[in-house]
Amino acid sequence: MSDEPLLLFEDVSKIYPLPAGDVVALDRVSLTVDPGEFIAVMGPSGSGKSTLLNMMGCLDIPTSGKIYLSGREVSSMSDDDLTRIRRDQIGFVFQQFNLIPLLSAIENVEFPLLLTAGRAENRRRAGEVLAAVGIGASHFFHRPGELSGGEQQRVAIARALANDPDLLLCDEPTGNLDSKTGTLIMELLAAENRRGKTVVIVTHDPEVAAYARRTIRLVDGRIV
Amino acid sequence: MIFLDLAVRNLRRHGVRSILATVGVIIGVVAIASLGIVGASFSALVGGMVSDVSDTLLVTPHIAASSGNPFDPRDTLTAQVSRRDLGLIEKAAGEHRVIPMILASDWLQVRDKGGYVTMYVMPAAEIPFLLELEAGACPPGRSSGVIAGSLLAGDLDLRPGSRVEVGGEGVRVMGIAAERGMAIEINPDYALIVTEDWYTKRHGTQEYSQVVVKVGDPSGIEGVKTAIDQQVNRRSVVVDILDSREILDLYYTTLDATSILLLGIGVVSLFVASVSILNVMIISVTERTGEIGLMRSIGARRSEVLCMFLYESLILGIIGSIIGGIVSASIGYYVSATVAEFFTDFAVPAGAGIPTSVVIGYTAFAMVFGVGTSVIAGLYPAWRAARLNPIEALRYE
Repeated sequence: MSDEPLLLFEDVSKIYPLPAGDVVALDRVSLTVDPGEFIAVMGPSGSGKSTLLNMMGCLDIPTSGKIYLSGREVSSMSDDDLTRIRRDQIGFVFQQFNLIPLLSAIENVEFPLLLTAGRAENRRRAGEVLAAVGIGASHFFHRPGELSGGEQQRVAIARALANDPDLLLCDEPTGNLDSKTGTLIMELLAAENRRGKTVVIVTHDPEVAAYARRTIRLVDGRIV
Repeated sequence: MIFLDLAVRNLRRHGVRSILATVGVIIGVVAIASLGIVGASFSALVGGMVSDVSDTLLVTPHIAASSGNPFDPRDTLTAQVSRRDLGLIEKAAGEHRVIPMILASDWLQVRDKGGYVTMYVMPAAEIPFLLELEAGACPPGRSSGVIAGSLLAGDLDLRPGSRVEVGGEGVRVMGIAAERGMAIEINPDYALIVTEDWYTKRHGTQEYSQVVVKVGDPSGIEGVKTAIDQQVNRRSVVVDILDSREILDLYYTTLDATSILLLGIGVVSLFVASVSILNVMIISVTERTGEIGLMRSIGARRSEVLCMFLYESLILGIIGSIIGGIVSASIGYYVSATVAEFFTDFAVPAGAGIPTSVVIGYTAFAMVFGVGTSVIAGLYPAWRAARLNPIEALRYE
């Protein structure tokens, strides 16, 4: 089972029907992602990078083609099944950090743990993950609004790691950060990858892509 | 429980908005409960004032009888039951007691106080069959003695033996009628009762304003009513025959309708409150679209998002209903007494006439209704939140 790809795309297309005409976001894309890889997805705006990432994260299903995650076909699953996969197997990091403003840093990290019923010691685990991404205990109970951008993105990474996912998906994770903070965040992600986590990053920035061991380039929905 | 926690925190974050929505529910619950209680206490109060005469038929002249024009209000004044019709009624009524009476009014002067009062004129022999006396005795025929209604006697400080002037003629109060409440045939509490002989001696022989038939056994009422109708109204409708049970039914139906109307006003105000909850929840969902997208993308199920928003409206409903319930149980209780006093001019103790169970019943009903409408108002926004596409929601600014 160890040589089974983590992700397998077979002729995956995504077409958005619009009144002005269909928009082909992904055009018969086939690819594999093996466990432990660090991949950067690059390409101009509108090339289908985000659509590809959403498909990988089970947020969206293809118009045609098949997607397998750990050997299971996910392209035809129900919303509830996809939700469970996102909860248990996937961690998301967004450009806008997307922390829940009502919750403190540690509660944000706890949130995915609480979604998984029956998990004990959530608070302790959330604290460990936060510490691992470099957030000091003094900041645990700060609300997102009281944290700097870099700190917020660290909390978001901790949240993505809390459920120990198989796949970490990052959509422009450094896009809203200054270059110094961006570098720190990328080093954090690289360290996670060295520990065995599979990481896929969508980015415009060649410096960010340089951390990856493989780069996928998309143009007009096709891999080039 | 994280979703309940989030609901509570979101309500707290928008404290003013939440409080205003809750105030809406409070007002709605108070309106339903207190209007319900007021309606019920009004029913109880009027019910207590109505004397339950279930064995009586009241024969009145058909309004259109005198000129045939039912739309001329003057006809009601001139319409009378003739002596010939009285004979027919007596014939139809058989052994049952038939009491003809004239409704009149005259100037009553007691010492330095004077004013017009209603007078019931009836044969002296019939007075004991209609009225109970609390003091004194019934005047014998031809006597110039009168009976004063209980409340009139109280107001004017009359006792058996008091001298008064009726229409300028000195008469003696012979008896005081016991308080009786409103009834379909006579309402003597603020009136004078005089003998027919004394009245006709002064005003000449007159036809009757109404005829009361005492049937004794309520089950015989229908038969007597039909008999009178066939006798008197053979060719054309000359008299209307009112059955005391029908009148009471009509009375209570009207009271019930009033109660329901009042309750309806309360329900409308709660609907207004639910619209404000709907509004608050829609704003909340719109504001938190990005948050909902994030929750969905990291593994929150649709049902969990739905619950989170339903919790919000449920909390607003529960808090509003509890406060509203407490306010209405206490205020409604006293308001009902005040309303009773206002309408009747009688001093009524708090909560008079309505059992505590009614107060609790209406309060509980209003509270359940308050929570129910709040949850219903929250359903649509919650459903909308749950149906959001996570990708689009994440992108929402």
